[in-house]
Amino acid sequence: MRRLLNTLYVTMPDAYLACDGENVVIRVKDETKFRVPVHNLESIICFGFAGASPKLMYLCSERGVALSFLTEYGKFMGRVTGGISGNVLLRRAQYRWADDPTVSARLARRFIAAKIMNSRALLHRLRRDHKETVDSLALDKAITWLAGTADRLEKAGNGDVIRGVEGEAAQVYFSNFNQLILSQKEEFYLFNRNRRPPTDRINALLSFLYTLLAHDVTSAIESVGLDPQVGFLHRERPGRPSLALDIMEELRPHFADRLAVTLINRKQISADGFVVKENGAVIMAEDTRKEVLTAWQKRKLEEITHPYLEEKISLGLVPYVQALLLARHIRGDIEDYPPFFWK
Amino acid sequence: MLVLITYDVSVTTDAGKRRLRRVAKQCVNYGQRVQNSVFECLVDPTQFAELKHRLEAIIDVETDSLRYYFLGNNWKNRIEHIGAKTAYDPEGVLMI
Repeated sequence: MRRLLNTLYVTMPDAYLACDGENVVIRVKDETKFRVPVHNLESIICFGFAGASPKLMYLCSERGVALSFLTEYGKFMGRVTGGISGNVLLRRAQYRWADDPTVSARLARRFIAAKIMNSRALLHRLRRDHKETVDSLALDKAITWLAGTADRLEKAGNGDVIRGVEGEAAQVYFSNFNQLILSQKEEFYLFNRNRRPPTDRINALLSFLYTLLAHDVTSAIESVGLDPQVGFLHRERPGRPSLALDIMEELRPHFADRLAVTLINRKQISADGFVVKENGAVIMAEDTRKEVLTAWQKRKLEEITHPYLEEKISLGLVPYVQALLLARHIRGDIEDYPPFFWK
Repeated sequence: MLVLITYDVSVTTDAGKRRLRRVAKQCVNYGQRVQNSVFECLVDPTQFAELKHRLEAIIDVETDSLRYYFLGNNWKNRIEHIGAKTAYDPEGVLMI
């Protein structure tokens, strides 16, 4: 299995990214602050606006290093993609499948089924570990209800019905989300899932983590030769990485939601680490952002046994493995796409 | 794996000075400079073979020397640093 390489996070607002030989160089006011060989990197995530040289962009696209630009608050602005590479036959097959409503619906069901089961697993785990403190009755109800959607999902014939089931499941899941929060309950309370801009701390945190996950999934999809913009569940829209959003569905609970909950419950982040703007938007302060990035990066290094491959890999490779499995399925090497189920 | 590379290039001639610069440049491409002629390179076996080949094409074996120290994958507990110029951990969280 491929090795997971490192990610470089550039959080200094006035940092400029340049290239020197095989090195990624970070300059601040013409002074070299940091350099690292490009072959040690999997991706670069840049917060802020100072810039990057076209030569560095070329180096990154040539070496398959994902380079994304986010605003300093973590809103996605853009990413660098090089010339189209990979297997054109595979991509054509992907487009044909995406045009076929039956095939699209089948894959969409896989993504959503895994998403619902993974979010259910999260609630389940909470009920088991904290029997005394949580509202077991409400949780039980939600858990049973979520399990019941599996049947409805299996019968769902088209994308709209699947999206409907997904929406209801998300509603039930997020309405129980506050139960997952065991400390700092007053400061961290989720009224409903919202974004653009997020209006409470949990939403700000979740949105930020989802952006990081989207970056990883998009680059994973590209590295296996699929087109991240053509999805099966999510409809195409210019600039939207629909396939990445598809694969993200099954990864959200375990990768992002769980990390958010852990950070709050362990008090690694606190309420004063967020800034409330006049328009009600809540954004993360710099220290909190760094704390979250560090936790995210550390989490990716954790080793797990992949449920389908039954092979030990680091958690950060899961997006790559899922993209690879999807590519194999589209290529006809495996019967069906096995989504990522995690207990 | 982490490979520690050290070198001594004879700089008594202009050709020697040129070799020194070229050796240093190759090493910078593959790793980080931890001391003047000392580099720590986190490479896979292919990358190492490539680097080795490049370096050995540059040096003059009569006057210069190269030493490779193989610190493997568990290199972290084999290195201790005292004093200035702390190195970064290429496998740790890279946040600037």
